[in-house]
Amino acid sequence: MQWQFWIIQTLNSVAFGGLLFLLSSGFSLIFGLMRIPNLAHGAFFMLGAYFGYTLLQLNLHFWPAALLGGLGVGLIGILMERFILRRLAGNEQGQVLVTLGISFIIADICLLVWTGDPMPLPAPQALRPPLRIAGFAFPTYRLVVLCIALVAAVALYLLMERTRLGAMIRAGVDDMEMARGVGIPVSRLFTTVFLLGATLAGIGGVLGGPILNAYPGLDTDMLPLALIVVILGGAGSLLGAFVGSFIVGFIYNFGIALVPDLAYFVLFLPMVLVLVFLPQGLFGRVQI
Amino acid sequence: MTRNTVVALAVCAAILLVLPWIIGNEFYVNMASQVLIYALFALSINMMLGYGGMVSLGHAGYLGIAGYACILAVTAGYDQLTAAVFAVALSTLFAAFFGVLSLRAPGLGFIMITLALGQIVWGVAYRANDLTGGDNGIRHPARPMPFGFDIRDAPSFYYFTLAVFVIALFCIWRFSRSPFGASLMGTRDQPRRMRMLGHNVWLVRLLTFVMAGFWASVASVLYVYYNLFLSPHAISLQQSAEILLMAILGGASTLTGPIVGAAIITLVKNVVSTYVERWNTLLGLIFVVVIMFMPYGLVPGCVQLWRRLSRARSRKPASEAAP
Repeated sequence: MQWQFWIIQTLNSVAFGGLLFLLSSGFSLIFGLMRIPNLAHGAFFMLGAYFGYTLLQLNLHFWPAALLGGLGVGLIGILMERFILRRLAGNEQGQVLVTLGISFIIADICLLVWTGDPMPLPAPQALRPPLRIAGFAFPTYRLVVLCIALVAAVALYLLMERTRLGAMIRAGVDDMEMARGVGIPVSRLFTTVFLLGATLAGIGGVLGGPILNAYPGLDTDMLPLALIVVILGGAGSLLGAFVGSFIVGFIYNFGIALVPDLAYFVLFLPMVLVLVFLPQGLFGRVQI
Repeated sequence: MTRNTVVALAVCAAILLVLPWIIGNEFYVNMASQVLIYALFALSINMMLGYGGMVSLGHAGYLGIAGYACILAVTAGYDQLTAAVFAVALSTLFAAFFGVLSLRAPGLGFIMITLALGQIVWGVAYRANDLTGGDNGIRHPARPMPFGFDIRDAPSFYYFTLAVFVIALFCIWRFSRSPFGASLMGTRDQPRRMRMLGHNVWLVRLLTFVMAGFWASVASVLYVYYNLFLSPHAISLQQSAEILLMAILGGASTLTGPIVGAAIITLVKNVVSTYVERWNTLLGLIFVVVIMFMPYGLVPGCVQLWRRLSRARSRKPASEAAP
């Protein structure tokens, strides 16, 4: 019994960490390249979950629904970057505040369209029965979510380290002026990175649906977690987002399971420690 | 101070003093008190935003700390004055702590850290059921009786709020005109030069953070006296954003801007929420429109417009005179 509790909680933590990675890797890349914390990222995640819900209502299969939901959110991300953030180029403070305003609008529209009741997203049929190994029961769906997050991490790593696009993004993160100077189309990179980040957040939202449900307030629940992941791991670094996500996943999940009253307070401790001793985060490439 | 400002100040003071008689209706007197409380919040955030260039999204956290501390202390049996002093002192102490943490990251990381800290206060208030009543919130037993005055009805509470507000306004005005205020504006515009001149930029910013926290805590105690109730909804990210928007909408780096912004936002919110439920969409829209089209806010914008108009008027006769 006791063993079962610890194993299940550990699995829940890593699955939640995987979701957080999908959310915060995009957040971290956008921050690293454009130097703005995109405060609408939590709203993107929630929008993904609601899109997924509606697509599943339309009898779509789960995986296409996840992909389409993610792309839908990515489209909104592009529109936001092209038509709003671009007009405020150079005014980073204004850009941050505008993303906050947009997150309020998205959250309120979600409340209007999908009402205030929590919407459960059913997990795919094949993944519902628990997996039994050596007498322990594992929730299959969470294992699959973890695997998807790991695959996404490897794919993002390859994209960043092995492709021309990744090299350009890294150049932009390290030195924007120089990157422009050598002829890298930095403004097109902004759009690409925004599409990538928003899509990942949207897919994370759909995949998180069967675990967390889609409910109003999901955005403000997830956004601080993404912020803490980036503060811990360091902005602009994939490795930082990866490690930070799993640290926060563990702390948050065990916090809820063991000291439910103080779940948020426990998150505070690692953040304080990192800020005091390593203000750039564990693997930070840029000063936050 | 020129004679015009003295006259304007006297007129404003007279209007504020007789306001309850002019409007009469209790509902609107209460709204006036609300405007004053939010104006104090906006003024406090503006000390950081306008004069120091520091954008905080965790200001509602002080409402959480000071508000819950005040309610819990009174509920535990302490007298109102002790409770209020304790609440403000505790919250100011937290401001110092939050300031040390947030100032580890200059620039936009600052926004992120203040937001995370504010949300952590919110999360603790939401989850710690035994202490804060969780989602249901807790009631404040009763309004205090400062110096034996009864402030339970709307007009007398308005005067109590006005008194506190005027003291705060005077202090913040002195602050903005003081050498310290000048060095703060220096750290906003030219942090490197200020460092070279021997100013401790970090300390200047931290002290401003703490002072802003202090006045926000005072406003929080007033908020609790006004509503006699506090729940996590009151300290959400929306609240922090509203307060910040008030300062930006009215015009940061002016003293009157945040007051004007607080009045507009509070009135619009009250009027709109009686007709529709979509306040958050409107809040978001105002946010986007203000940032995109009026980044310097209403008060500086109007002043500029006024100057341009009066210059055009004085130029016109001159050009007619010279054919």
